[in-house]
Amino acid sequence: MSLAHRIIPCLDTDGARVVKGVNFVGLRDAGDAVALAARYNAEGADELVVLDIAASRDRRPTFLETIRRVAAELAIPLTAGGGIRTLDDARAAVRAGADKVTVNTAAVARPALISELSREFGAQAVVLAIDAKRVNDHWDVMVRGGRESANGDVLVWAQQGVELGAGEILLTSVDRDGTQLGFDTPLTSAVSRAVSVPVIASGGAKLPEHFAEIFSEGAADAALAASIFHDNLQSIRELKEYLSARKIEVRLPC
Amino acid sequence: MNVMLIDYGAGNVASVERALQRLGARSQRSHSPQCIAKAEALLLPGVGHYAALIRALDERALRAPLLDALQRGVPFLGVCLGLQALYETSEEAPELSGLHLLHGSVRSLPATVKLPHMGWNQLQLARPSRLLEGISADAYFYFAHSFAASSNGDAVALSNHGADFAAVIERKNIFGVQFHPEKSGAPGAQLLENFLRLAA
Repeated sequence: MSLAHRIIPCLDTDGARVVKGVNFVGLRDAGDAVALAARYNAEGADELVVLDIAASRDRRPTFLETIRRVAAELAIPLTAGGGIRTLDDARAAVRAGADKVTVNTAAVARPALISELSREFGAQAVVLAIDAKRVNDHWDVMVRGGRESANGDVLVWAQQGVELGAGEILLTSVDRDGTQLGFDTPLTSAVSRAVSVPVIASGGAKLPEHFAEIFSEGAADAALAASIFHDNLQSIRELKEYLSARKIEVRLPC
Repeated sequence: MNVMLIDYGAGNVASVERALQRLGARSQRSHSPQCIAKAEALLLPGVGHYAALIRALDERALRAPLLDALQRGVPFLGVCLGLQALYETSEEAPELSGLHLLHGSVRSLPATVKLPHMGWNQLQLARPSRLLEGISADAYFYFAHSFAASSNGDAVALSNHGADFAAVIERKNIFGVQFHPEKSGAPGAQLLENFLRLAA
């Protein structure tokens, strides 16, 4: 009896459609958010993440509607993020059906946002998303969809985020995202060992071996991927069977 | 059967509502003492901070009608914080007083493991359970918490994250689960269905 490693599909949405970027740019359509959510729920996904990649004020009602419709399909937890800048933004996402919210750029700009969210919803509902890019001997915190450096050290920021009340870190490697070369194991391992909260590894997944590696050497508690699931390159069920056969604890769907 | 969801203004009550709807049960949100006094069955969902829940119960004058209903045998299911509230105190807010329906206190899980205890974990049955009837012994349930009650006499099932803790409690009409059945897939739905059957 021990905590299972989680497999988390991510829906990057623009309106009601799921899109997928390559190295954070160059988007293509990957399907309907609600249909994909229902499929992943049935296939044994452990959670689902929905991110609003447009994250613009005027498109907010569309995103909240997507959260509502996706949440209605799920019997697993839902995390929503993208463009959450204030406590009110987070309240709207939770009211629409999100169990957790992720914050990224807005938390870098104003770290107190993390504490405000944590006080209101509890640490278990606050996911600090960190986009990391390797620069010489350390990792830089990136903001605005991975395009700009925030001139901060990822390990320092992760620890600070946890002190402020984040209950989980969603760690994306900007270097690996969209490349399908595998997760960034040194990055994930460094962050996972530096913080006391669970770490979700993201960016670069393609093969089942990538997941096995990030759970063992990478010390990840969960792993997130998008296009390999959307494009049917990898079934969640077969991935979990592969991991289970290698003695990595996962929740096998019935 | 109409289940009264005690809505104290925090967290995702909608997901519990949807889970009950899928099972064909009617539910109603309320935070009024009068409604709680008249409820056929009560469900206290809980996420967030222990203090927020206990303060809300007192500020809205819900403690007395809730205790009265439980005394009269109204079926009750506490989820997560809704279970923790049944104990005497919690380390998360030691200055506040819980509902004192179960002996013991809620404590932090050990810092030797990652907290919150977040994700899917299994149960270990301590004695026969009405809530877990028909659910496979190796089923996984979704947890998201840092505090928990020790595996005391009312626990019918334990789970473990750094230490054993009470995952399911049953005492007469009072039921509680530390995990979130509304987010625990098929086994979670079965547990809620069991509660509805027991409450009917």
